[in-house]
Amino acid sequence: MTTAAPPAPVSRPSLAVWKFASCDGCQLSLLDCEDELLALAETVHIAHFTEMSRASVAGPYDVSLVEGSITTPDDANRIVAIRANSRRLVTIGACATAGGIQGLRNFAASGAYAETVYAHPEYLDSLETSTPISAHVQVDYELHGCPIDRRQLLEVILAGLAGRTPVVPGHSVCQECKGRGTVCLLVTGATPCLGPVTRSGCGALCPAVGRGCFGCFGPADTANTASLAAHLRSQGMAPVEVSRLFATFNAGAPAFRDEASAQGGPVPVVFGRTARSGGKEDRS
Amino acid sequence: MRIGEAVVMGSEGLDALLTTLIELGYETRGPVVRDGAIMPGPVREVADLPVGTHDVQAPGRYGLEQSDDDTVFAWAVGPGSWKAEFFPPSQELWHSTVDGESVTTTTPDLDMPPLAIVGARPCELAALAVLDRVLLDGAFPDPRYAARRDGTFLVTAECGSPAATCFCTSMGTGPGADSGFDLALTELNDDDGHRFVVRIGSDRGAEVLAAVPVSEVTAADLAARDRVLSSSGDLIDRRLETRGLADLLARNLEHPRWDEVADRCLACGNCTLVCPTCFCSDVSDTTDLTGDVHRQRTWASCFDLDHSHLHGGPVRSSTSSRYRQWLTHKLSTWWDQFDTSGCVGCGRCIAWCPVGIDLTEEAAAIRETDGAVRSLSTAPGRAR
Ligand code: SF4
Ligand code: SF4
Ligand code: SF4
Repeated sequence: MTTAAPPAPVSRPSLAVWKFASCDGCQLSLLDCEDELLALAETVHIAHFTEMSRASVAGPYDVSLVEGSITTPDDANRIVAIRANSRRLVTIGACATAGGIQGLRNFAASGAYAETVYAHPEYLDSLETSTPISAHVQVDYELHGCPIDRRQLLEVILAGLAGRTPVVPGHSVCQECKGRGTVCLLVTGATPCLGPVTRSGCGALCPAVGRGCFGCFGPADTANTASLAAHLRSQGMAPVEVSRLFATFNAGAPAFRDEASAQGGPVPVVFGRTARSGGKEDRS
Repeated sequence: MRIGEAVVMGSEGLDALLTTLIELGYETRGPVVRDGAIMPGPVREVADLPVGTHDVQAPGRYGLEQSDDDTVFAWAVGPGSWKAEFFPPSQELWHSTVDGESVTTTTPDLDMPPLAIVGARPCELAALAVLDRVLLDGAFPDPRYAARRDGTFLVTAECGSPAATCFCTSMGTGPGADSGFDLALTELNDDDGHRFVVRIGSDRGAEVLAAVPVSEVTAADLAARDRVLSSSGDLIDRRLETRGLADLLARNLEHPRWDEVADRCLACGNCTLVCPTCFCSDVSDTTDLTGDVHRQRTWASCFDLDHSHLHGGPVRSSTSSRYRQWLTHKLSTWWDQFDTSGCVGCGRCIAWCPVGIDLTEEAAAIRETDGAVRSLSTAPGRAR
């Protein structure tokens, strides 16, 4: 074609967003940046982001944001190719950084969940464990959360553009709680709370509405889970309850995983039965 | 009425005092009940205050009880302190707009209405005096702190109902107040009725009080005040032995107790954030999509791993070393730095530590085994 040449491409860094085993919530945090999205699209070239557009530009990419955990042999290969095609690789969310809620399978006997959930598990081709991206390729930065916080996501992208360290603290949720003047739920005895061992980032959302921290952002820089678990036990919680508190979205994060195991394991309930014994023949 | 004099006012006088302060243009704040705790909040009339509210506190425990009596100040401090009023949890220090070659820097407007706090406890006055030394009296006063602190009208409520976590008597900061107030109230609720002994601490205090209905104080009122304060003192059985304390801690940096407490310590930072004198902050610069640069200051804690981050990594990587930093700063090196104790004995860090770690108990344990040294196998930088 002989139409006027398009304006010379401004050299903007290219950004790609990839999905593995996940719910898409973290990538959607990017679309959630409604006020900043247009300016962001002018600053970076969004080259591959299927939640936004099916148009995809081939790599290599300056930055890849990776959501999701590795749960299939195919995905284990795909992440290697993405790594090879990305200058920087940033993992986003509990699935990508810790294996996600699907990491609960790591606590159960091989195939136990699949047999409980699917009529024909033999059609599945999945790995025995759900593992974070960092178990497979080198990761340049991990952004935690289930889902991630959109302000932190923007901060990581902006810091990358400016060549500076992102301002993403690794301290406890308690500090955000105190910063916003929330009265502590553990001390008033209102409800169990994982805030003291959980990384901040959410703005202490749950305690502010009277719900204990669920640990969505995974272990804080220093997470003395044993002391918190002992405290919760002293308040009357059974070991399995404490274990389940630690074994949710970040069940695969080492500090949470080890505490969940130390308390005897979460013994997940599936359809009213435990995954360990929940084979097909057990279902009524 | 002059400085040092005392009068008596009824509870309607307290309402009149609040109204007078509001009419004079003060933003009036005081203790309010919120989310199951006594917290700082806006106060415009007596009904906004914790009337009939009482607290129960213990290490790692706090609860409120409501009764139908009309006492206003029968409780001890809650988790919020007046620190946040002067030294906010988060504030922008400046931002810069870059336009080609030119950079325009804007600092926030520090013009704030004058503040009156009604119902600050004597230990909270002491805490403000400590913070003043840190943020106001040095060579570089903190502008935001100075702007808010300037002209603050302080009405203290002396303590008749200390909590089990209080130890102001050890620190010389309560239950009565000697200085640092414009007006000092002592609540009396006995056979002679519900009333307040009001002592005048400043000319300003006398001027404000002139608009409030008061009557002459009687010998019986003053005796009743003495009884309230002395029974309050008797109720406080928590002790921190301060004799030689700064030196004691300074010579016990390798004591095994630091590792023992670190087994329980969550490194969550709650103790430092509820402490009315802890002033650590983190200053960070960020860029936004327009290219503007923002410098933000937020509360930080010596329990953060990042807080001691120098090039290459954190200097205090173990919780043991971070707990030691906290306790030795409060009770020992604060003296070297600011010629005062960093602790006023309010007990907040004891009640609001989720696992109930108690600094008075930790200091006593070290005193008991002064000179003990942890074994080498556990010593160097063991991560806890
Ligand atoms: S409510 Fe939870 S997160 Fe908040 S201060 Fe208490 S323990 Fe920490
Ligand atoms: S160290 Fe604890 S008791 Fe002392 S002033 Fe701070 S919070 Fe209060
Ligand atoms: S002493 Fe208590 S409040 Fe302070 S950091 Fe340790 S666990 Fe948290």
